[in-house]
Amino acid sequence: MVVSRRIVLTGPGIIWILALLVIPCALLLVNSFFERGIYGGIDYILTSENYVRAIDPLYAQIFWSSARVALITTLVSLVLGYPAAYCIALMPKRRQLAYLILVMLPLWSNYLIRTYAWMVLLNSEGLINKTLLGLGVIDAPLPLLYNDFAIIVGLTYAYVPFMILALFSSISKLGPELREASTDLGASSLMTFWRVTLPLTLPGVAAGSVFVFVLSVGNFVTPDLLGGGKRTMLGNLIYDQFLTARDWPFGSAIAAIVIGIMMLLLTVQAILVNRRDREGTAA
Amino acid sequence: MTALLEVVGVTKAFGPIKAVDNLSISVGGNEFFALLGPSGCGKTTLLRMIAGFEKPDQGRIMLDGIDITDQKANRRPINLMFQSYALFPHMTVAGNVAYGLEMEGMRGADLKRRVDEALALVQLSSLSGRKPAQLSGGQKQRVALARALVKRPKLLLLDEPLGALDKKLREQMQIELKRLQQETGIAFLVVTHDQEEALTMADRIALLRQGRIAQLGEPRTLYERPDNRFVADFIGQMNFFDGQRAVNGFEVPGLGVFDAANLSDVAAGTAAALAVRPERVVVSETEHGGNLQAEVEGLAYLGQDLILHLRIAGQAKPLVARLPAANPLTTHIARGAKVWCGWSAAHSLILSE
Repeated sequence: MVVSRRIVLTGPGIIWILALLVIPCALLLVNSFFERGIYGGIDYILTSENYVRAIDPLYAQIFWSSARVALITTLVSLVLGYPAAYCIALMPKRRQLAYLILVMLPLWSNYLIRTYAWMVLLNSEGLINKTLLGLGVIDAPLPLLYNDFAIIVGLTYAYVPFMILALFSSISKLGPELREASTDLGASSLMTFWRVTLPLTLPGVAAGSVFVFVLSVGNFVTPDLLGGGKRTMLGNLIYDQFLTARDWPFGSAIAAIVIGIMMLLLTVQAILVNRRDREGTAA
Repeated sequence: MTALLEVVGVTKAFGPIKAVDNLSISVGGNEFFALLGPSGCGKTTLLRMIAGFEKPDQGRIMLDGIDITDQKANRRPINLMFQSYALFPHMTVAGNVAYGLEMEGMRGADLKRRVDEALALVQLSSLSGRKPAQLSGGQKQRVALARALVKRPKLLLLDEPLGALDKKLREQMQIELKRLQQETGIAFLVVTHDQEEALTMADRIALLRQGRIAQLGEPRTLYERPDNRFVADFIGQMNFFDGQRAVNGFEVPGLGVFDAANLSDVAAGTAAALAVRPERVVVSETEHGGNLQAEVEGLAYLGQDLILHLRIAGQAKPLVARLPAANPLTTHIARGAKVWCGWSAAHSLILSE
């Protein structure tokens, strides 16, 4: 009785995940070990050539530069997101909801449209350059668009809400008592943050950071549009292999590596959260 | 006794409600002082103002003659033991205790010595490397105590220090806290809603009601000579008979006219209640001195005492009597028994609201 009910309730979810996540990922992994067919497609001859090729300096360089852009995006999101999350977590409960909705509001509009909006803002004839020129702050338009800066701005803008939400849940769990205890024992606000609040919210920092990093490293729309296609990131590389070069096995190999790195990061983060939860029972 | 802490006319309102209303107390340098009261009486708000977490709307708070009303919480030579203990979960026991001293800039051997001393004081030396999650409730309480005491504050505030412990441990810690207070010579200001706790530990008690002091005094005074009905009711158990001060005594309708310890202080015509503690009620099977006839309506056996509910004709509420086990009556008295009861005038009081 209990077993059958469990199957009925979890069945649809399990089928969904199997059909749309597990099987495609397994296919991806399998394909990555075959050779590319002469006219696209796949020749079913086992090889590790695709992985060897992936660590070729040409492609390794794309890994590093993608990681760099994603890492900077993560850091900027953290620096912007932490104070915001902290403020919201300290508000009275009934005001928190309104602010959290404001944080999530941009996510309700189309990602492409939001990205195009940044193109309007950042281009050399755009609002920012026009304003600065008009005010006489600068003589020539700043190169704001079609570079790494634009990519980082776009990615940060898109993913900072996830950072704020992850940090918010971590900070609001903390409650005011530990901060008060720290103050009572003679700590300044800065010291309290450094010794109590930050260490105890590290799982939130990790969760938010992994989220932003993983989403950024795999993104291909923003590098295309805001980077002007000059900066190839992992997402673009995979996209190109599948749709332009029609080298599915190589695209699969790169995708498999990216998935592997993401799973590693998520595992580390899960371990951190787990450790925190065990300690948290003391509070 | 010179006052260490002086709270002068302090008021704090949250919205339209005055949590603390023009309240003044003074606590001596080596005193164990209890703020007692029901929940919502303002005792925790007062404690938080003394600690520096709330700012009074009016009034001043002085420590050792210095006005600390506007001083920040982290600068006050006062420490607070939180009700939930608020131990830092990511630090060890020793780390928690060391924290406050580190904030004073103490490092190295001095720090270690002071931490070891504090842990020895609360008998926790063997657990210094544990994390709070690995401790029992009683052990956590000791860590919280050590963490607050290690800074050698002039005044230690304790917010419901024993509230989270079970009964046996609580009784043990009451004696322990008293010992620590006397050993360290630090003034303790305890907030509690448990009258027994306050009676056991405190040198003086301020019983609060709706942000004001209902009565302030030594435990014995509060128990034996309560100023009003609220105090008498809150501390211990009390029988009340509503009535009025007549010319020749205090008249309880349907029961008679009574003398009382404070009869001469009460003006004629005053409506009040005659109050008698259950343990002061004398019960006997024969009519001797006892003048009220009653029927035993209920019994509760407590081991060392026997509680009787005595129905007196014409009275709405039964009279509660508490007989010690040594009383021969307790061996055979049963429900429905007819008894005589009474009390000495010296053990009864006339109390107004």
